[in-house]
Amino acid sequence: MSSGRAIEGSFHLTGGDFTNAGAASSELKSILTNLGISLAIVRRAAIATFEAEMNVIIHAVAGVMYYQVTADSIKVILNDMGPGIPDIGLAMQEGYSTAPDWIREMGWGAGMGLPNMKKNSDEFKVDSVVGEGTTVEIVIRIKEESP
Amino acid sequence: MTFKEIVDILEAEIVLDSDDSDTEIQSVCSTDLMSDLLHFSSMPRSLLITGLANTQAVRTAEIADIKAIVFVLDKKPDKETVEMARQKDIAFIVTRLSRFTACGRLYAAGLRSCTGENR
Repeated sequence: MSSGRAIEGSFHLTGGDFTNAGAASSELKSILTNLGISLAIVRRAAIATFEAEMNVIIHAVAGVMYYQVTADSIKVILNDMGPGIPDIGLAMQEGYSTAPDWIREMGWGAGMGLPNMKKNSDEFKVDSVVGEGTTVEIVIRIKEESP
Repeated sequence: MTFKEIVDILEAEIVLDSDDSDTEIQSVCSTDLMSDLLHFSSMPRSLLITGLANTQAVRTAEIADIKAIVFVLDKKPDKETVEMARQKDIAFIVTRLSRFTACGRLYAAGLRSCTGENR
């Protein structure tokens, strides 16, 4: 892609809407693929944003996923109106989950969401206020390489 | 191993055929927990074996670049799940076998885990 110009946009996410859960990450994956970004980097971005999107669908009332793509990086910020995370260190532990049983029956709540986001990001930040919501920031650097 | 060979080994019913039934499947993921799949799968062109017969499995497969899904224990996907897989070009088969037996047969036939272990 041409340098200097940023491509940006946003998606609104509705908590509990499992019919469309993952649609925003799927669309972002298409956008990144069409920009000619390498498959390995698109895959990392897709996994990190999909996990973050699912957290909003599972735990929050609503949220926004904002993305900005430049020649150097993919940045995705998810801001939600949700219960917040009381102990981020605990939530980052693999296998720790507060999801109820009915969420597990849908295939989620393995306690790998935040670890998966971190694993696939070059920079990863979580800010949360209990009773207000959570903001997740994911940055993935686009390295110079042939597709 | 080709998609067609997998269908034969699992004695499976094809719900959505692969565009190319000679598609080479290189590895297998088997789980009902979607985040485990996203965390541990590191191989391209994988097959997902799952008992999670819903749209979440299809969406996760799309994100993880999985080419084909097997539902075990004769679980039939609903219309919405099939339609999503069609849109995403993901092949779909159903077997009456359990996950354990399905995995065992494919392992015996030479396929290995999408995590890259035991290669």
